[in-house]
Formats: sequence, C-alpha cells, structure tokens
Amino acid sequence: MTVGLNAFILLAGLLFAIGLLGVILRKNTLVIYMSLELMLNAVNLALVAFSRYNGTMDGNLFVFFIITVAAAEVALGLAIIVALFRLRQTVMVDELTSLSR
Amino acid sequence: MIDLLFYVFAAITLISALLMVVSPNAVNGAICMIISFISTAALFVLLEAYFLAVIQVLVYAGAVMVLFLFIIMLMDVDKDTSRLIKDKLTLAASIAGFSLIVILMCAAFASGEHLPETALLPVLENPTGEGIGIPYTTSAKSFGYSLFTKYMLPFQVTGFLLLAAMIGVIVVSKKHVENS
Repeated sequence: MTVGLNAFILLAGLLFAIGLLGVILRKNTLVIYMSLELMLNAVNLALVAFSRYNGTMDGNLFVFFIITVAAAEVALGLAIIVALFRLRQTVMVDELTSLSR
Repeated sequence: MIDLLFYVFAAITLISALLMVVSPNAVNGAICMIISFISTAALFVLLEAYFLAVIQVLVYAGAVMVLFLFIIMLMDVDKDTSRLIKDKLTLAASIAGFSLIVILMCAAFASGEHLPETALLPVLENPTGEGIGIPYTTSAKSFGYSLFTKYMLPFQVTGFLLLAAMIGVIVVSKKHVENS
C-alpha cells in the first residue's frame, strides 16, 4: 500500500471534526452520545495508523484499552440517559435546564 | 488496488459519519453509524490490524450500536422532528468551527510536506518477545503477550473498571423504591 501516514491522520482529523459538529449542533442526547463515540473512533484510527507506520505494537494495545473503556462508558451513559428519561420524559438538551434556574 | 480500497473506505466512513450527524431520524443515524464503524474496521484491515478489526466489528458495530438502537427504539424520541438543531446562531457557530477544523486538518496533512511520509515496515508473523518494544505483528498472540507482560497493571485496572461500570449500571437503572 502506498498510502502514507498523512492520509490516515487527515481522515482521522476529519472524522473527529464531524463528531465535534454533531456534539455542538444536535439537541438529541442520544445523537450527541453517538457523536462522542465517533470522536473516540477517530482517535482509534489515528492510533492504529501511528502504530502501523511506527512498527510497534503499543498503539494497538492502546486501542484495545480504549475500546474496552468505551464499551463500559456507553453502558453507563445509556443507563443515565434512561434514568433521566424516566424522570423527565425527554432527552432534548434544551429542556434539561433545571440546574440553571 | 489497495490504494483504491483505502479511498473507497475512507469516503464511506466520512459520508456515513456526516449522514449520522445531519440525519433527522435517530434510528437512521444509528444505522449510518454502524456503516461508519464497519468501514473503519475495513481500514484497520488495510493497516494489517486484523484482531482490532474483529474487535471493532464485534464490540462497536455489534454490542454498542445494538444497545444504542435498543434505547432509541425504547424511548421513541422522534415524535417531533421540527426542532432538530438549537437555533440559527448555534448552527452558524458550529459550522464555522467545523470548517475551521477541516481547513486546519487539510492545511496540515493534505499537502504531505509537514509530516515525513514513512514507508510501511515489514510485518512479522509471530512475535519474538525479545527487546524492549514489541514489534508490529499480525497475530493475536502478541496481544496476549503484551497484555500479560508490559501492560499487566492497565489490564487489571480495566478489569476493575468493567466491574465498577457493571455495578454502576445496575444501581443507576434500578427502579427507585420509596423507603417507608
């Protein structure tokens, strides 16, 4: 493969930018959470690309740990969203402003 | 040929991620997200990280996104699709920030002058385990070797983190019982 490291880092940066756009643009908490997962995924891609082009295994191990932690984080975050929905009957962030009043 | 595969999968990843962000229906967004994760796994295969590609498909596209779809369908939050985004100012600000990051990334990495273009190193079939750093291998055996030698403490901490997350999920999602 003649594609260089720069192409992978550019792709990871663009994916991170799309995830950031989703986080600051959308109102649905679930979509915001999916965009956070997209940003984690972009970091994973950058780490694997650096690991492959550097010739060491360490980046792959980092990605392994990141995937594990992300799975635990998704389970906990979705449980919090479900508890919030049970309490307030909404998941839109502009209606969840009771702390600012 | 493999270069063409890289461009195809990079385009699929970017387009489906963008569709996830702008899709008004959350279920369609989750399906686009699954496509994006699977094509990221294909990029991992192109980088010869086969074990991570399998993990990506199993954990991210399988477990995590199925959990997301389950919660989205359970909540039925798409009753009114009229007010998707916050307001005009938020729209303008987020698009400006997004384009700034895109311009920065393209200026830094698209020309290929700032980072040296490193060549792909040859990949070993089996890990040797000698020396300080573990060389890049395609076998899953090197994951086990690294996890039980160099990354022993993070491995144990991750196990405790999973236990704590499990207990936390049970406590948070349990129905609140009034004390009499």
